[in-house]
Amino acid sequence: MSSADELRRRTQELLAAHPPVSTDRLDFLRARFDAGLAWVHYPEGLGGLGAPRSLQAVVDAELEAAGAPDNDPRRIGIGLGMAAPTILGYGTEEQKRRYLRPLWTGEEVWCQLFSEPGAGSDLAALRTRAVREGDNWVVNGQKVWTSSAHVARWAILIARTDPDVPKHRGITYFVCDMTDPGVEVRPLRQITGEAEFNEVFLTDVRIPDSRRLGEVGDGWRVAQTTLNNERVAIGGMRLPREGGMIGPISETWRERPELRTHDLHQRLLKLWVEAEVARLTSERLRQQLVAGQPGPEGAGMKLAFARLNQEISGLEVELLGAEGLLYDDWTMRRPELVDFTGRDAGYRYLRSKGNSIEGGTSEVLLNIVAERVLGLPAEPRTDKDVAWKDLAR
Amino acid sequence: MSTQPDLLYSEEEEALRAAVRDLLADHCDAPGVIARVESDAPHHLALWKALTDGMGLAGLLVPEEQDGQGATHREAAVVLEELGRAVAPVPYLTSAVVATEALLACGTDDLLTELASGTSIGALAVALDVAPGAAYKVVRHEDGLLRGELTGIADAAVADVLLVPADDGGLYAVDATAVTVTPQISLDLTRPLATVTLDGAPGRLLGDAEPAVRRALRAGAGLLASEQLGLADWTLTETVRYLKDRKQFNRPVGGFQALKHRLAQLWLEVANLRAAARNAADALSTGEDTDVAVTVAQAYAAPVAVHAAEEALQLHGGIGMTWEHPVHLYLKRAKADSIAYGTAGAHREALAGLVDLQAP
Repeated sequence: MSSADELRRRTQELLAAHPPVSTDRLDFLRARFDAGLAWVHYPEGLGGLGAPRSLQAVVDAELEAAGAPDNDPRRIGIGLGMAAPTILGYGTEEQKRRYLRPLWTGEEVWCQLFSEPGAGSDLAALRTRAVREGDNWVVNGQKVWTSSAHVARWAILIARTDPDVPKHRGITYFVCDMTDPGVEVRPLRQITGEAEFNEVFLTDVRIPDSRRLGEVGDGWRVAQTTLNNERVAIGGMRLPREGGMIGPISETWRERPELRTHDLHQRLLKLWVEAEVARLTSERLRQQLVAGQPGPEGAGMKLAFARLNQEISGLEVELLGAEGLLYDDWTMRRPELVDFTGRDAGYRYLRSKGNSIEGGTSEVLLNIVAERVLGLPAEPRTDKDVAWKDLAR
Repeated sequence: MSTQPDLLYSEEEEALRAAVRDLLADHCDAPGVIARVESDAPHHLALWKALTDGMGLAGLLVPEEQDGQGATHREAAVVLEELGRAVAPVPYLTSAVVATEALLACGTDDLLTELASGTSIGALAVALDVAPGAAYKVVRHEDGLLRGELTGIADAAVADVLLVPADDGGLYAVDATAVTVTPQISLDLTRPLATVTLDGAPGRLLGDAEPAVRRALRAGAGLLASEQLGLADWTLTETVRYLKDRKQFNRPVGGFQALKHRLAQLWLEVANLRAAARNAADALSTGEDTDVAVTVAQAYAAPVAVHAAEEALQLHGGIGMTWEHPVHLYLKRAKADSIAYGTAGAHREALAGLVDLQAP
């Protein structure tokens, strides 16, 4: 059942029954989900066939060759990469059936209500409260750095349900309806001039208990599934040589000899080597995953790319000299995707500053590598056995 | 690039690693290496015999028709990783890789069979600091005899045969008994240099020197990255082990965040070096994208190995500064390696031409 040939046969059946040229995009995506070819490692009936994850590539290659539409995975990355594995791991059968299909087809966009103004690296210190009232939970609080909140139908949300126990134990995980009248989304303008992200204010938002994921008070553990999947998604990508930030600066160097200096040359070559080596490490990680031996390198890849993006884009602005003094556009816009290559060097320089903050700061990631990979002692914890309500703030 | 390089280790390669590591654990401990490098005979020839006669490892790059193992640079790289971890004073890189590659470039020769078996040790008489493609010193070829002096020749003290480039463009095999080899006081105690003086030495012409030297140095530079990887991996592992154990202020020193971050950073550099070194070894064995793979690996490896050894010394504190502790052997090897077969800067300069990022 799970062989590559069998998957190829099923994919061809799907294509024969729903020819991409004459089928509506959404109809095709729904049919693909129902055929178990959306994510083959998911269970049958939920878009998969219980097949090994590595066989997804077989299906994707067949579909691509046939010109079939995809589900625009970058647009719905939070749903696919974070919400879906959490729903699969902790949701009830009813929740899985309700949420996963429109999530995968992109009919319903998801966002993530985790970070708060007072809970960044120390996410478990979050203050958003959920109080039980009959069959509902009433939620009040503020979330921040929420991408896609302005287009999302649903959110994964963690909130404090018990302030009388230590912080990690009093959190519960919910699915929040973003159309609830108590949800207010405000754009959060960032240093690039645009607003990719949002602040989300939650005022007496009512969430039925049937939208809880996992047990009451178990939200921290459930959230680990979400966050681990976030880091898996960041590592393991396949890049061609000069595929990242080093591409545009290398092109500029080749095309504009008048900008070259000896100092810039030395620095460019050093960064070119580092970018190529990071690409090789990423490729090695991918080969390990395919071989079924995931290595710990994933934890380091985000660190490496954050630093490289920042250094390369900084050098690119400097290389441009007089042009580096200019910026393409400060207009406040609401982009759906981060576009590193469609904008100028100044944008790349400013936007990449976020790379060492979003998805875990580089400082926290270094702690994680030191503790989980190297086995060095954990940071001292003064808040472990103290009720959340008694913590200093 | 038509295909992706294989950056992993095969099961056979892991088995080879385990066998070499076992041998080194039994015969090449740090106190032994320190005692040996202070003696008149710094090289560990009994270990060399076990690696070559016992395990056949000197012949990995030599085809089976010449009584070699017919293996590839990937396997030789794994051996070098382990030799780097132990800073083993054996002429593996110089004889089984560099001299062997020079002979392979000249075609079949009985010498190749001797080097493959390990019964003879060969040394390419080109100074250790010369990068692939860079100029190197030659001796005079007069009246059928060779005359001149070559310095900075690694492992020449134990070589049975020297491969000497001459001013007529030829590469000559010269018996070590026909030359004078004078040890130089070397920064790296475990890969000592020597001066080779030829005063009318007879030589046997092997072939053209230029392509043979270029090929030999390229393989040396590429596989040196694996030796540097082994060295960096040992210094990181040993430093982490020590810092979990060492207590100051009533805490393990490894629990201080300032040190945790430095070690995590180093781990990332070593993980990157593993990918770069594996890529160079694979490219040398397939012949695809080899020049870029080797220059990238060498431009990256040297600073990482030096950084790892310097951090190991600093984070060991006072004990790291003593002659008794082996970390100095690793620091000296790492620093010398940063010059061997071309500096990182020389490799970056070569890369500029290879990937069309031309100087102003």
